[in-house]
Amino acid sequence: MNEYVFFQRALSPWMNEEGPDSDIVLSSRIRLARNMKQYSFPTVFTNEEAMQIIQSFEQLFSQRRLGHIGPFFLLKMNELQSIEKRVLVEKHLISPHLAEDCTFGACLLSEQEEASIMINEEDHIRIQCLFAGFQLKEALKMANALDDWIEQHVDYAFDEKYGYLTSCPTNVGTGLRASVMMHLPGLVLTQQINQVIPAINQLGLVVRGTYGEGSEALGNIFQISNQITLGKSEEDIVEDLTGVVRQLIEQERMAREALVKTSNIQLEDRVYRSYGVLTNSRIIGSKEAAQCLSDVRLGIDLGYITNVPKTILTELMILTQPGFLQKYAGGALRPQERDVRRASLIRERLYQWK
Amino acid sequence: MICQECNQRPATLHFTKIVNGEKTEIHLCEQCAHEKGEMFMFPHQGAFSINNLIAGLLNMDASLKEPKAPSFHNEHILQCEHCKMTYAQFVKVGRFGCASCYETFRTYLPPIFRKLHGGHVAHEGKIPKRVGGTLYVRKQIGQLKQMLQELIAKEQFEKAAEVRDQIRELETKLNAEGGA
Repeated sequence: MNEYVFFQRALSPWMNEEGPDSDIVLSSRIRLARNMKQYSFPTVFTNEEAMQIIQSFEQLFSQRRLGHIGPFFLLKMNELQSIEKRVLVEKHLISPHLAEDCTFGACLLSEQEEASIMINEEDHIRIQCLFAGFQLKEALKMANALDDWIEQHVDYAFDEKYGYLTSCPTNVGTGLRASVMMHLPGLVLTQQINQVIPAINQLGLVVRGTYGEGSEALGNIFQISNQITLGKSEEDIVEDLTGVVRQLIEQERMAREALVKTSNIQLEDRVYRSYGVLTNSRIIGSKEAAQCLSDVRLGIDLGYITNVPKTILTELMILTQPGFLQKYAGGALRPQERDVRRASLIRERLYQWK
Repeated sequence: MICQECNQRPATLHFTKIVNGEKTEIHLCEQCAHEKGEMFMFPHQGAFSINNLIAGLLNMDASLKEPKAPSFHNEHILQCEHCKMTYAQFVKVGRFGCASCYETFRTYLPPIFRKLHGGHVAHEGKIPKRVGGTLYVRKQIGQLKQMLQELIAKEQFEKAAEVRDQIRELETKLNAEGGA
């Protein structure tokens, strides 16, 4: 396999698998932040330190495998074009911070793209595992396996009282961030979401839009994650999040049922109008596209639309982001040009299943 | 409205900060806002990042601040020996410089962690097998002892005996490692 593939395909191979509760939970993610004892953290480290850290990883994974997981590919940020970096961000494989600000940043990516290890981001190491559907425990298991393997070769910064030491005080302790990406059109349409979000916040969990901090919830997709990393075990953090997500799944299912019961024809109309927009428009912005894709995905889940695969929402949401559009166009595009490209790309994609 | 810092220039920036439900409004001119720096800066994407929030949080607590104005006695400035970060810098950027910073600023950390982590101040989770050293085994023993108590309470003595043997085994291992 060539590294080039990472920038070509919008759907990571793991996304094609149908995970549990995948009508509502699009993906589950676990991230572990780790640092090495002997080096300063990336916020203040010297260039030599940064290069030594990358070198030590190059040696570690020389077999292209970390323990029994792999093969992995090493991508160095300073060797990638900015559009390529952007594509990785849009696929959630690296963070915007690594892509934009980390000169000595790098990333180890597994072939299936379910594991990604960012090097020299805010912390020396950030292990990330992504699974389809609602599979937080499985993701934690894999992240732990990678963590254990790395720990055999690297001296972690660890303190008896404070646990894993991280650059930011918000990550200290377990260094764990568990999150799920949820599609909640039912709660949005019935306007329950405005009560749900504050309630979740009160439980020490955070709700965000698709692309992390400060981003909008495009296409009714919400990211829910833990805030507290200290004083709770990894299992408890995952357990607490799991409990809340279970509740949300229930509520979303009930909202969808109620909508079908009370306004079946209106809902069907909405779904098909959106399908019409996507299959016919010649200019479409990312916001409108996201909303229509969300409607169509809901239509698939409710059985109104049967000819389009479920993965359409995730795939086209990623594919119609600016980075991917420009990658396909082979160069920079102005916003108006993007909207035209986006429209034609969506039309082409949906035409396949007509 | 006049800037509340310099009382001269018109205030063009208005902030509302809410700490533990207490609302404070701040009106500043651009210059004073820049000088005050800290949490009033605008990160490059226009979004108010978590960074600034943390820095703000650290800054707000006057009791956490080290004495102002570095005096002749330089030893009063709390500075990490390894990465040279001072406490004032830590408060400003909201990031530790290295693992030793945790040691250097140790006395200041519990109140900060308590605020960020819902009252918690000590790690409860995973321990790295190698670096964690004997702590890993000690924690395992602790968990087994608790299990032992529970089993005895439930009068499951056979299982309890198994757990007791496991504890003994681990304790021997610990003593061997400790060179005792």
